[in-house]
Amino acid sequence: MIDVKGLDKVFGGVHAIEGLEFSVDQGQVYSVIGPNGAGKTTLFNLITGFYTPTRGEITLNGESVVGMDPNRLAERGMCRTFQQMQICMNMTALENVMLGRHLKIRSGLLSSMFRLPALYREERACRERSKELMEFVGCGNYINTDASAMSYGALKRLEIARALAADPKILLLDEPAAGLNATETAELEELIRKVADEGVTVMLVEHDMKLVMGISDRLLVINYGRKLAEGTPEEIRNNPDVIAAYLGG
Amino acid sequence: MFERFLNWRMNYVVVLAVIVFAIPLVMENPFYYDMATQIAIIAATVVGLNLLVGYAGQISLGHAGFYGIGAYFSAIATTTYGWPPLLAMIVAAAVVGLVAYIVGRPILKLKGHYLSMATLAVGFIIAIIINNEGQMTGGPDGMPVAPFSLFGWELSSFGLYSFFGMAVPGHVAWYLVMAVILLIAVILAQNIIDSPLGRALRSIHGSEIAARTVGVDTARYKSLVFVISAIYASVMGSIFAHFSGFITPAIASFDYSIVLITMVVLGGMASPMGVILGAVALKLLPQFLAGFQEYETAVFGFILMATMIFMPKGFYPTAVNFVRGKLRKSGGEA
Repeated sequence: MIDVKGLDKVFGGVHAIEGLEFSVDQGQVYSVIGPNGAGKTTLFNLITGFYTPTRGEITLNGESVVGMDPNRLAERGMCRTFQQMQICMNMTALENVMLGRHLKIRSGLLSSMFRLPALYREERACRERSKELMEFVGCGNYINTDASAMSYGALKRLEIARALAADPKILLLDEPAAGLNATETAELEELIRKVADEGVTVMLVEHDMKLVMGISDRLLVINYGRKLAEGTPEEIRNNPDVIAAYLGG
Repeated sequence: MFERFLNWRMNYVVVLAVIVFAIPLVMENPFYYDMATQIAIIAATVVGLNLLVGYAGQISLGHAGFYGIGAYFSAIATTTYGWPPLLAMIVAAAVVGLVAYIVGRPILKLKGHYLSMATLAVGFIIAIIINNEGQMTGGPDGMPVAPFSLFGWELSSFGLYSFFGMAVPGHVAWYLVMAVILLIAVILAQNIIDSPLGRALRSIHGSEIAARTVGVDTARYKSLVFVISAIYASVMGSIFAHFSGFITPAIASFDYSIVLITMVVLGGMASPMGVILGAVALKLLPQFLAGFQEYETAVFGFILMATMIFMPKGFYPTAVNFVRGKLRKSGGEA
């Protein structure tokens, strides 16, 4: 589904990503791990169009997506969440999720200005679907709450609901478990499993090893922007390079 | 019933309609009507500007320029070339929409202060053109404008009309027409805000990154709302030209752009009722401050500063939150 070849990203003199190659297959849960500053979030920003690679190729279903804007990528079924959550605090929780269905809505300016019946029907369908998704991620009791009044954990799930509202084919989650307690992390694991079971490809950046080892089909370990290892959780766990990077050796 | 009204998205439009239509019952002085009509024109302009500033979070410091193009296009087309006023108004709106699109598309890719600077420059250019094209616009001295007419029916402040057998003087007729136009302007704006389009606009303000990840083409939406708000300004400029009968380049000046922005910020960004109150306050305040004579500007500035320090969200949202808080408190105790 995603193929990355010879990817380089240089900031000034710093090689944030160097010669990275990997591919993610349809329906996998693919995790990227590595120490702080290894370039995980940079990699996500490159894939999702927030950064342009210095060199290298990224293809989505065979089509090159290098230099494509995030909104164009969304049209191709890619959606993501952020380590620094990006929630519209000037809207309600439900409106944030409804925003996620932006590309599904056909009504234009005129039907908006005069509130034509087609718009009304579309909005109602959008609202119903968004409510379902909020229930799905476990934010059901926040539907009419202002986003600014929600707790951190709830906002994390809300951001996932918004991403799911776009009916993505591939979902990138950047540290979804950061700042969550053990119970919340367990709920999150359950949620990611449910999403993956629906056939959505999931890419994950995460520090919580228990979570990552539990749900990933494959793992990519990077350090100083380079690939350290790639493989199944079992292979990664027994890889001496990985143990050295994490435990110091 | 009352509960449903409180939660209805258009409830404030009803309140606004009651207020604007109640005014003729208590007001007689033609000078007050002149003032009230001017306020309604400005209020409708800032309702449009609010879509850009309050909802999409983009600052325009050149909106008086669009207002000026609307006014001068209507003035020249009707007075010099004898076009029908409605046609002139529509063509003016189309021209302004096009101008806004052409300048908006590149400058809305800029962020923050750069965008403000670019719109500022556009406003200045328009004002300079109006000032210098003397043979067409009358230059700094201004130019007279023919009264508004539709199908041979002329609307003039000095006329006398009958409405269902009631005698209505011209200044009241103008006020009532403008009151209806203001209500339509508010309803259309509220419909935009409550639509998927409005949601996309608000998301640009809330988090542009979030907007882009879910597929909002932010550049396109920003230029769309820039065009809509420019068209609001243009139409109101056209109406103002016909209403006042004489226009000067002051209406297209930088100062006037600042006045418009101040009305939005002072009254309450992202609140149509708020920006209307902002327009009312900024138009009326100088009248009340006339008694302070040479201190007028200082007092005016002080009021602006105090509002921004103590009510950073603008006075209408602050007042509404205050009342809601009180209601909730008393409801909780009961």
